[in-house]
Amino acid sequence: MSATAAIPGAPTPIAPRSLAGATKEPAWVRWLLIGIALAFLAVFLFVPLFFVFFEAFKKGFDVYLAAIWEPDALSAVRLTLLAAAIAVPLNLVFGVAAAWAIAKFDFRGKSVVLTLIDLPFSVSPVISGLIYVLVFGLQGWFGEWLRDHDLKVIFAVPGIVLATIFVTFPFVARELIPLMQAQGQEQEEAARVLGASGWQVFFKVTLPNVKWALLYGVILCNARAMGEFGAVSVVSGHIRGETNTLPLHIEILYNEYQSTAAFAVASLLASLALVTLVLKYIVERRVQREMAQAKDVGAAA
Amino acid sequence: MIFSRTLLRQHSVLPGFDLALGFTVFYLSLIVLIPLSAAFLRTTELTWPAFVEVVTSPRVVASYKLTFGSSLLAAIVNAVFGLLVAWVLVRYHFFGKRIVDALVDLPFALPTAVAGITLTGLFANNGWFGQYLEPLGVKVAFAPAGVFVAMTFIGLPFVVRTVQPILEDLASELEEAAATLGASRLQTFRKVILPIVLPALLTGFALAFARALGEYGSIIFIAGNMPMISEITPLLIITKLEQYDYAGATAIAVVMLMMSFVLLLAINALQAWTRKRQGK
Repeated sequence: MSATAAIPGAPTPIAPRSLAGATKEPAWVRWLLIGIALAFLAVFLFVPLFFVFFEAFKKGFDVYLAAIWEPDALSAVRLTLLAAAIAVPLNLVFGVAAAWAIAKFDFRGKSVVLTLIDLPFSVSPVISGLIYVLVFGLQGWFGEWLRDHDLKVIFAVPGIVLATIFVTFPFVARELIPLMQAQGQEQEEAARVLGASGWQVFFKVTLPNVKWALLYGVILCNARAMGEFGAVSVVSGHIRGETNTLPLHIEILYNEYQSTAAFAVASLLASLALVTLVLKYIVERRVQREMAQAKDVGAAA
Repeated sequence: MIFSRTLLRQHSVLPGFDLALGFTVFYLSLIVLIPLSAAFLRTTELTWPAFVEVVTSPRVVASYKLTFGSSLLAAIVNAVFGLLVAWVLVRYHFFGKRIVDALVDLPFALPTAVAGITLTGLFANNGWFGQYLEPLGVKVAFAPAGVFVAMTFIGLPFVVRTVQPILEDLASELEEAAATLGASRLQTFRKVILPIVLPALLTGFALAFARALGEYGSIIFIAGNMPMISEITPLLIITKLEQYDYAGATAIAVVMLMMSFVLLLAINALQAWTRKRQGK
């Protein structure tokens, strides 16, 4: 602005205040837009979130506790935790391996592998369950073989775990890959030249550089693993106390008109969702910092 | 060694390529590729006319129309309101903004079954929202409109989260230049801001649309699931499966998978366009 003013004969610069006015909406427009946006979010987010807890505690704390402290509900909690405890670490190891191969090396077919990793996100949850029925179900490829060996995958815990792994497959990988690509491989190469072994490079150089992105992926992966409904529903068989996860237990309670109990169990998962959002909010900033650092280093190099 | 020799483009001092790519491909095949190919291979058990008959039967076609139409409508609503929410979150200050910002991701984090029973409770004719809509003749729960409401909920974060970073990066000089050249605020928005956010807006729209197409959990509670009226395509797959009609279920699944893959390609193209526009 001052540079313009210094040139003789240049048009009079517009005062900053009027320019600010020209690039900002009048107050009434601002408040109208905020109002409409918040009204939309209230209908679709705030009220539903409040409603879950309102319905859960409607009949008092004792009823709430009785709905959760009940054998079928507890076994659903156990199965949900088990499925997440298997699916999340496996997808974590996969995510790290995939990111290492894709970000640190240049190879043929890389973009194909990248697309395939994202594939489970674009498949309907119902189809995610269906494909395992086609492979392991009684009429499936391995159906007879499994029956002859007295093994059960579909309508049993292994099927639930497999479906959970499928729907949470890309989470860790897709957080790590862009970050590790931006970071490049100079630091790892330097460590290697200085005599570090491959695993030393990984644990002392790579892992500390990506730890927040890794955690971010794990948080999202875990939330989906514990909340998945469609895929798990197809392979579960809905056997009470045996193959019901928490979301499936909610469905059964709801269909039996035990609305308060259904919302009590739902409030557990809603609390998990809130914890996830808080963690996500905290970790997100750190991930952005990791990414910004990686880009700075990349720009300097 | 096998991978290194055949695939690697240049020699690297870093170890672990064979192990990392080997495990990646093995796990990818085991979990994703082999099971997904099962869907396509099982369809070949049907003859072509039988396949066509299954996927074009009136009940299935009615479900496509409902699923596709509601997804489209929900994605459009999300595009409009998502852009508005992103704008308000980036440009304005108000009390509780950071909490609102964090809560936008709720549909990603909240299990679909919870969303389903909650929306049903709210929009049922005695619910908090339903009791006011019912006298107006608007039936949401246990009607096709319920499908739209559930799809709008689950697709809500996509447009906000794709448009938000673009708006944050928008150089204020552009708007100032437009203003000095005499553009009104609305003109600046239409002719300067909107073209810049358009690729991201379309990406968010496509993501929300794709998510809505496959959604199951939240919809089955609120839809009422009446054949020909409020039955979505994923539910038909389950119905066929429960009748042990594996071939029928698989045929419908293949049609849905093809739609998803086309959308995936479109989304990839849109994201490439967004990156190009952003000069990254």
